[in-house]
Amino acid sequence: MHRTGELYGQFQTLDQQKESATLGMWVFLITEILFFGGVFMAYTINRHAYPTAFGVGGNMLDLALGFGNTVVLIASSFTMAMSVWSAQTSRKKAVPVWLVATLALGSVFLGIKVVEYKQKFDHHLIPGHGFDITYCSNNPSACGLSGKALEDEKKEIEEGIRAETDDPNTPEGLARGLIALNAHAQLYFSLYFGMTGLHALHMIIGAGLLLWLIFEGFKGRFDANYNTPVENIGLYWHFVDIVWIFLFPLLYLINRHLA
Amino acid sequence: MAEHSEHIVSPKIYAVVLTALLVGTVLTVQAAKIDLGRWNIVLALTIAVTKMTLVILFFMHGKYSSRRTKLIIASGFFWLAIMLVLTLADYTTRHPEPSRSQLQQTPARTSPVPSGFSA
Repeated sequence: MHRTGELYGQFQTLDQQKESATLGMWVFLITEILFFGGVFMAYTINRHAYPTAFGVGGNMLDLALGFGNTVVLIASSFTMAMSVWSAQTSRKKAVPVWLVATLALGSVFLGIKVVEYKQKFDHHLIPGHGFDITYCSNNPSACGLSGKALEDEKKEIEEGIRAETDDPNTPEGLARGLIALNAHAQLYFSLYFGMTGLHALHMIIGAGLLLWLIFEGFKGRFDANYNTPVENIGLYWHFVDIVWIFLFPLLYLINRHLA
Repeated sequence: MAEHSEHIVSPKIYAVVLTALLVGTVLTVQAAKIDLGRWNIVLALTIAVTKMTLVILFFMHGKYSSRRTKLIIASGFFWLAIMLVLTLADYTTRHPEPSRSQLQQTPARTSPVPSGFSA
């Protein structure tokens, strides 16, 4: 297997060979755009159908962790771009250093995601039998809720129940509203775990690819003549960053003016 | 027509884009805290699309790629738009199925079932 950047028989020039590689990578990324597009479509339709339940669910996410993760991921895109630049300008020693920084930031992102998922488990927000949107407002000490935050969450859930019920004037009607709110908030959390899980899977694959790049980079393999793997894995990494740029406002910021 | 030697984006431009993306992130959080009604989502998506454009143009070298590659990139969003627009055109114009409680409230149908339909 050739990994040194010589001209393959089917190409006229190295530039043409390079452009074909970039083009091929973009064609792959288009299939990824449509793959994620389907999930975003499902999100749009369900949010359109149950705006209140999606707002209540969205405000149960930790905004500080989501914001921190966005910053971390954007920073990792910058370090990835810098490793491509290092390769293009034949700074062979800098290439793996920037790649290690990218991998470290990517790992921080996944670590924060683990903390968030664990928190949702503790707060009974995993879709399924144990799901209970009122768990935190009923057990505020278990969720570290108090004061205004607790009042806000209670008020939001109450408004959610009123929006979901067919009869807000009877206790039976309100009970039906709570069942509907729980059902539709589970739709939100199914999409939350589905979308962020799919995104995290792409991050894990990206981390694996970075490990290989780092290994090759320390051998001094990437320079101005040959850097296609760095460039293409860079494209993939930036694509995953773009997906998060949309996930963050769509999942974390639905109804923040109420919180 | 082969382009001669790839365009190298300078670290200065990368740093400017990084700053713009971070400012956009702060902006989108602050904007979400203001009640703009239905315009909240419009503003959030506008900021997200702007950030995406910056990433594609500079981090992904879209601005400096060949016209052929640019066409491929654009076609990806074109196909995405077909999916989003046509699906939403269906969902936003379709009448929702009545719920069971609504069906119980409506009086029973008096006219006979049209021929050709079986119950």
